[in-house]
Amino acid sequence: MAREILYRDAICEALDEEMERDKNVLLLGEDVAYIGGNFKTSVGLYDKYGDLRVKDTPISEAGFLGMAVGMALTGLRPVVELMFSDFLLVAGDQAFNQMAKIRYMSGGQATVPMVVRTPIGAGRSSAAQHSQSMQAISAHFPGAKVVLPSTAQEAKGLLKTAIRDDNPVIFLEHKMEYSNKFTIDDDVAPIPFGKANVAREGGDVSIAATSSQVMKSLKAAEKLQSEGISCEVIDLRTLVPLDRETIIESVKKTGRLLIVDEAHEFCGIGAELGMNVMKDVFYFLDAPIGRIATPNVPLPFSPALEFPIIPSEEKIVAEVRSLLGK
Amino acid sequence: MNSKFSKVQLLGFYEVMYRTRRFEEEVFEFYKKGMMPGLAHLYLGEEAIAAGVCAALDETDYIGSSHRGHGHLVARGARLDRMMAEILGKKDGYCKGKGGSMHILAMDKGILGANGIVGGGIPIATGAAYAAKYKGTKQVAVSFFGDAASNEGTFHESVNMAAAWQLPVIYVIENNLYGISVDIRDVTNTENLADRAKAYGIPGTVVDGMDVVAVFEAASKAVKRARDGKGPTIIECKSYRWQGHHVGDPGEYRSRRNKDEKEQWMKRCPVKNYRARLLSESDAVDESDVVGIENAVEEEIKYAVRFAVDSPYPDAKDAFTDVFV
Repeated sequence: MAREILYRDAICEALDEEMERDKNVLLLGEDVAYIGGNFKTSVGLYDKYGDLRVKDTPISEAGFLGMAVGMALTGLRPVVELMFSDFLLVAGDQAFNQMAKIRYMSGGQATVPMVVRTPIGAGRSSAAQHSQSMQAISAHFPGAKVVLPSTAQEAKGLLKTAIRDDNPVIFLEHKMEYSNKFTIDDDVAPIPFGKANVAREGGDVSIAATSSQVMKSLKAAEKLQSEGISCEVIDLRTLVPLDRETIIESVKKTGRLLIVDEAHEFCGIGAELGMNVMKDVFYFLDAPIGRIATPNVPLPFSPALEFPIIPSEEKIVAEVRSLLGK
Repeated sequence: MNSKFSKVQLLGFYEVMYRTRRFEEEVFEFYKKGMMPGLAHLYLGEEAIAAGVCAALDETDYIGSSHRGHGHLVARGARLDRMMAEILGKKDGYCKGKGGSMHILAMDKGILGANGIVGGGIPIATGAAYAAKYKGTKQVAVSFFGDAASNEGTFHESVNMAAAWQLPVIYVIENNLYGISVDIRDVTNTENLADRAKAYGIPGTVVDGMDVVAVFEAASKAVKRARDGKGPTIIECKSYRWQGHHVGDPGEYRSRRNKDEKEQWMKRCPVKNYRARLLSESDAVDESDVVGIENAVEEEIKYAVRFAVDSPYPDAKDAFTDVFV
């Protein structure tokens, strides 16, 4: 059976079900308790689980993310909410030097089972410090898994997996999806990491996309279908671990690859994925690998400046046509 | 001294301090002989702090350490052989050669890790205290760090949260006066760093960090308060490091205020002075007890050095393991 749900409520359901399943799971972050989260992703959890388990923190990102590292080292499975992924930089030492590296530095003695949930993405006139997409920088540092759910179904299933994972997970939600409605299964099972989802099959071009760009790519594919262009859309789901095989197999079939991700272009996901699969797909390519990303300027405030620079359905359509020489 | 402590306790303080002293001297030897990859930050001169604090803890309590962490680990009973092997980058080290001096972690002893980032371990120890409170285990966590770390944001953020939520944690400031070359008095307008406790509504105590008994007594009080659910304490231990910031740093910058500063502090040696005090003030302890400890520690150190030297280096392919579970 299927039902409709908002993306933010799917996240809340995943948190609720995991907290009910395992008393070692707790949630902490700014505004997560009394008001149920800045983006309303934890409504009702404070009333249900109490103050010690759903904790409003002071505005001390390095402090509370680091506290979660200590909790994870000593047997809990904390979920930290950072209100915006831009704040990962405020907590950067704790996230990337501590959380991600302690297992390795300890020679495998320690495990750090924790999740950092945080929203990415532009489109709300939030300007340069509340609109960034931190997946490239998150994936650059070894030691944490990096997850980018597309739909509500993916968000719920992947978050459950993230909470049950014994490794640190950076879970990047797209803030423009929180209030969108999706169809979801009545019961969503955990979705394994490292397995991309072929969201649409096609034969002319492979589009590898993350997060919201999956939905944009599906819309673009629908439009292109009416022009007789058949797109295969791959939802990468996780960047760490990366499912190279699904991309490679798809490109061997289509001969063309377009990578769509909202992070900045320079040293970004398109650059990495393109080079990552190049050796395996080079002799199958009928066109150079394409990418759509946000150019290397800070995210501007005005919608008149913001929307033209971020990936869009129209840009995907145009780039696919270009890869086909049309 | 006699009335308050048993002979076992009195000798225990000495044993831990002496073991720490000898361990660090041998680490320094490794460096001088060119056997140590990288560097190490020695705990020489600060032995009374770790010995006093750790004597106040239970087996199941947690400690978070710093870049100058060998003393905390030794005082907590970590294995000297595996520590030495780690410092030499060997396969049998606590971290299989992946962490080195600055990152030794020993989960079996509740040691959540030394830390290469100044102030980096403070929130982590605070989180362990939160977990103890959450699970109702009555464990406490101790966070050791230097004077300079008390100027990091993580110190203030952590103390604030621990105070707000009455977490069972003790913040031990090892004030050795210097952050590398910078004199704390030149960058901080607070005579006693423990005074910062007032800003967070918790007790702050200043103790003589060269006196193991004073440190133990202050720590015991803080541990009791934490275990009773009354929240955190800051203990500032006034101390000094015999060496520079790390091996190879002569630390000469320390003579600019007072050319005899180092010599004056070294006269207050926590290990030698305690030994003398023990023999003169305690009727229960005689020289043979002390010498017995020294001889036994000497054997431990010899064994640890041999173990570390004989341990093989890790295989190059091991660089790729232990990233994920």
